[in-house]
Amino acid sequence: MQVPIMSELAARGETPEVLFWVGCAGSFDQRAQRITKAFASILERTGIRYAILGKEELCTGDPARRAGNEFLFQMMAYQNIQILNGYGIQKVVTACPHCFNILKHEYPELGGTYDVVHHAEFLQTLIDDGRIVLKEDGGFRGKKITYHDSCYLGRANGIYEAPRKVLQALDAELTEMKSCRSRGLCCGAGGGQMFKEEEAGNTRVNLARTDEAIATGAKIIAAACPFCNTMITDGIKVRERESETEVLDIAELVARSI
Amino acid sequence: MELLQQFAFVLVTGISVWLFNRRIRGIRRNILLGRDHGLTSRGSEGWKQMLLLALGQRKMFRNPLVAILHLIIYVGFVIINIEVLEILLDGILGTHRLFAPVMGVAYTGLINAFEWLAAGVILVCVIFLARRHVTNVKRFQGSDLDGWPRTDARNILVAEIILMTLFLLMNAADTLLQGRGQPGYTAHPTGNFMVSSMLHPLLQIWSDSGLIALERTAWWLHIVGIFAFLNYLPWSKHLHIILAFPNAYYAKPEDNGRMENMADIQREVLYAMQPELAPTGSDTGTPKRFGAKDVFDLSRKSLLDAYSCTECGRCSSGCPASQTGKKLSPRRIMMATRDRLEEVGRLIDREGEFKDDGRTLLRDHISEEELRACTTCNACVEECPVSIRPVDIILEMRRYLVMEESNAPTEWTMMFGNVENNFAPWKFSPEDRDQWTKESS
Repeated sequence: MQVPIMSELAARGETPEVLFWVGCAGSFDQRAQRITKAFASILERTGIRYAILGKEELCTGDPARRAGNEFLFQMMAYQNIQILNGYGIQKVVTACPHCFNILKHEYPELGGTYDVVHHAEFLQTLIDDGRIVLKEDGGFRGKKITYHDSCYLGRANGIYEAPRKVLQALDAELTEMKSCRSRGLCCGAGGGQMFKEEEAGNTRVNLARTDEAIATGAKIIAAACPFCNTMITDGIKVRERESETEVLDIAELVARSI
Repeated sequence: MELLQQFAFVLVTGISVWLFNRRIRGIRRNILLGRDHGLTSRGSEGWKQMLLLALGQRKMFRNPLVAILHLIIYVGFVIINIEVLEILLDGILGTHRLFAPVMGVAYTGLINAFEWLAAGVILVCVIFLARRHVTNVKRFQGSDLDGWPRTDARNILVAEIILMTLFLLMNAADTLLQGRGQPGYTAHPTGNFMVSSMLHPLLQIWSDSGLIALERTAWWLHIVGIFAFLNYLPWSKHLHIILAFPNAYYAKPEDNGRMENMADIQREVLYAMQPELAPTGSDTGTPKRFGAKDVFDLSRKSLLDAYSCTECGRCSSGCPASQTGKKLSPRRIMMATRDRLEEVGRLIDREGEFKDDGRTLLRDHISEEELRACTTCNACVEECPVSIRPVDIILEMRRYLVMEESNAPTEWTMMFGNVENNFAPWKFSPEDRDQWTKESS
């Protein structure tokens, strides 16, 4: 797979249709890298002219801002906006709801205004427009899949249906957890929690959520966020369900069905 | 005697309206202690939200059964207060059932409707008392309700039952006296009312004078009770019946995932990055505190939120931290903010101005542990029927901890260092950011 880098495109005087914002998890985390590769492969197969910033991409500053470090966030945002504006980027797609939310809602007042879409919506549009043609039976037909709502996709941005429509396009049997959509239980990673030990309690948030997912009897837990993916994967490990339950990103599910 | 009653009535009315007004002004002053943002005109969007969320109670319908029960109390309480208008005028003018002759048959119909609503309110209040004290509704069991909050909730329900009972008792005695041809009551014949007439068998054995005394007592207790409740309301969680309206007007649901920008810091970073843009000469503005340590540092909307909270606990039921036994409860965040604001308000009342009392919202009312348990998932915001945003207070206080006290868990300090130096929250080399492109998929 040849992943186009923005600086190289710019050097050739080319502009991409869409900039794929990979995010830190998608770039460095081994599990999330697989999601990144799956989404990049979809972009490649559909022939969309895309690019990534590569080494020029920096953390959006989301975990710093939500932990309380506004200085650091502003520094990251300033640098990212300089780069994005420098390339004249119009449209951004990302597989991370945290990057999505902050780029969409918090960068504009700092001078970085782009058409930001999350890969859930992006994939749904590609499927609706027939640009992604799914195999007759991609192996998910009739399979029980449950979808875990990411807080920053759902409650923060009202995106509940797009990921579900993607799953329905796989002909899978979508089953809902006890708390879903606007009532969806958090995976426990948001607001900087991903990067610190949980406060004392009687259980972990990711375990509470994983138990809800296991209770559906679904063999596949679909997520649309690299952090949710990690948290629930950890939960599945603690509950010793690795052999029967898989946690997959919607991009991975689609990539496997093309 | 008649004149004395009128005089007493006007006096009681005057005192209660004065007290109520004084308290509301106090609350307004306290809210205005907050930072001047969050309470900006929302235009037609704000009015629409007020109609949908406050009047229409849309969020309540996330649980339709409870929503309908709550709606009965709400509609009953608000509509029956139309009757209070007549009671007020009767009391001032020394008349009895002033509207009856004017409205004719419609009057009986209207009072019948009020009576059915009153019966509904009594029934629902009994159900709600049972939900709080008999069945195990989890959000009413929280330790954050121990003490006064639980008593407050019970007081309100009991007060409504008493007021509605007095209203029915008053009508029952009145209509019975009409039937007996008692002068003063026959002057405005209304005929029996549907609910209160059910009480007639109980009152049948009473003498005329006994019934008159009952009717007068019930009438007086009812109206004095309403005045008392009016003045209890702004000291209690029941204030939501008023503040839900402005709070819905000022809410910004479109900003659910958005954090308030800190323009001061944005400017400072800009000048650090592009020194040529920095203004020359000294900056005269005194820098305000970063984030929130006390109620003065919160936005006015957050303070209005605190007074609007009715302690229903839907936020904490939805909160992932609360659900997993963490110390954080978004409801407690709101209650603690109001408690501190009230504390500050009392101090200002006493001293004429705020003097440092050695206490702050942070630590004296809200602990670091609570603030650090939040995942910013917005469940509390989503659940709140009256448009409160507990997460805003939590995030502002985190800003204070980190930027004013450099106080963060070690892992966060390391994460900050990584973001600053490696441009990612983990300790990876920025050179490897595109390494995945070179690996086979």
